[in-house]
Amino acid sequence: MNRTKYWTWHMAAGVVLLFLLGLHMLIMHMVGTAHWFAPYGTEPDSLQNSLFRDGKLFFTVTYILLLGVALYHGLYGLRTILFELTLKPAFEETITVVLLVVGLGLFGLGTWAAVAAHGIALAGARG
Amino acid sequence: MPGISNAARLITFHVTRYNPETDGAPYLKTYAVPVREGMTVLEGLHYIKDNLDSTLAWRYSCRMGICGSCGMFLNGRPGLACNTQILHIADANLTVAPLPNFEIIRDLVPDLWTMFDKHRSIKPYILRINEAEINDPAGEFYQSPQQLESYLQFTYCIKCGCCMAACPTLATDARYLGPMPLTAAQRYNADTRDEGRRERNALTGTSTGVFRCHYAGECSRACPKGVDPARALQLLKRRLVLDYLHLARRIKRCEKLHGPGQGKLLPDIAAAPKGTVG
Amino acid sequence: MSQINRYDNRLGIWGWLGGGRWGAERYAYILHRITGLGILFYFLLHIVVTSLRAKGIYLWAGHGFLHQPIFEFAEYVVFAAFAYHACNGIRLVLVELGFAVGKPIEPVYPYKTSLNVQRPLLVCMMILTAVFLAIGGYAALIE
Repeated sequence: MNRTKYWTWHMAAGVVLLFLLGLHMLIMHMVGTAHWFAPYGTEPDSLQNSLFRDGKLFFTVTYILLLGVALYHGLYGLRTILFELTLKPAFEETITVVLLVVGLGLFGLGTWAAVAAHGIALAGARG
Repeated sequence: MPGISNAARLITFHVTRYNPETDGAPYLKTYAVPVREGMTVLEGLHYIKDNLDSTLAWRYSCRMGICGSCGMFLNGRPGLACNTQILHIADANLTVAPLPNFEIIRDLVPDLWTMFDKHRSIKPYILRINEAEINDPAGEFYQSPQQLESYLQFTYCIKCGCCMAACPTLATDARYLGPMPLTAAQRYNADTRDEGRRERNALTGTSTGVFRCHYAGECSRACPKGVDPARALQLLKRRLVLDYLHLARRIKRCEKLHGPGQGKLLPDIAAAPKGTVG
Repeated sequence: MSQINRYDNRLGIWGWLGGGRWGAERYAYILHRITGLGILFYFLLHIVVTSLRAKGIYLWAGHGFLHQPIFEFAEYVVFAAFAYHACNGIRLVLVELGFAVGKPIEPVYPYKTSLNVQRPLLVCMMILTAVFLAIGGYAALIE
């Protein structure tokens, strides 16, 4: 039943990503909607707007959530594809460990960056 | 019959040949076969064996789409040689190859044992908690027409292996159970007389099980009997996910036995005639 | 007696991509795989690049390094992959949870399968993808 468990969460993560990445697109890439979230000029990826978003707790929390969900969905998807190649069991175990390390490592990096940027933005706002 | 011509047309058969004792790898051999309208691939192969090359080997039995022996890869699609008409799929050339995703024993004969082993592993028979009921039955189980319909389609499988040859996952993954055994699992899971779903879940829900299916849909396109394995597999997945989340509605299992002489006769049905023997 | 060989006739990765005359869902499946791998590759780089902001490095701000035309175009390709992967993903979730495949029926020739049941959904999702591609392309051009 392990596979059922992981695949159920893979699908659930996909549905969550649909909303979070949709929001990400509205904020970062759609000219018509990006200015709602960008008070400084029209470029959503300017330095000021990046700092503005990093300063909001909502964005920091959503970044971390998106990061975790997307990493799980993506890396589990990759594992599924690799495991359909009839590899040796030992090699499959190695893949699992490597993906786990890469996933947790990148999650740690991204979380640290989001929290640190939140601190920088708050410090910048205080002057 | 109007519209059917008897004029023979020359079609080139590109047949895969492989002799396990002398050949390292299969190769193609071409034969020119005069084809009349309505002629099946199986008849074409018989023509080759009778007139052109008596060493050609393939597997067939019933010649009418029932036994499931003559599954072949015809012009790049799996199908039964006996219910595929040559002129429906070929203009001038026809490739006849053994079903892929199986080992080749000789020429057009694939080794279907891997499929049958997987089929056996999912316990394709009615499982009851009370085994005595099956071994020493006291009567029949009640089952409504609706309950019958929930699995009837999946019982038409003839185990020809066409779905296994069409499946993209099986093209690389030797351990995946495949559409045919998993359809059999759904056939018994959905049967209200069966109580073995959770036992089968332990196999269908693992890494070799049904979640290797990504709905490429080829099995249902290939199936010569309209069994629709893709549908069975999605329904199997639904059930597995619901079981995992503890959301499944309880299916009412057959409990009541229908012993001899216990049934009620409907008013418009005449009584059975008296026995003539004994 | 001479050696009896067996020839393993497995199609391999070619069996994922083609392997014969296949239908629409087969191509949807392989495109779903390719776009998924592409998005994952982008995403892993994206994490590293955006994490650099904690060290004060903004490769994207103003007229930064990532505003060269090649990256702008690559971004659009990633967006297109996401649009397809998302729309097809909606269909796959519905299908795999048994909502879009229909009930088992008596097979009567010519056979109608679950593929026929979910085909309108596939068409709708592909139209939706095209709409997103057009909107995204328009947004990228006027930028």
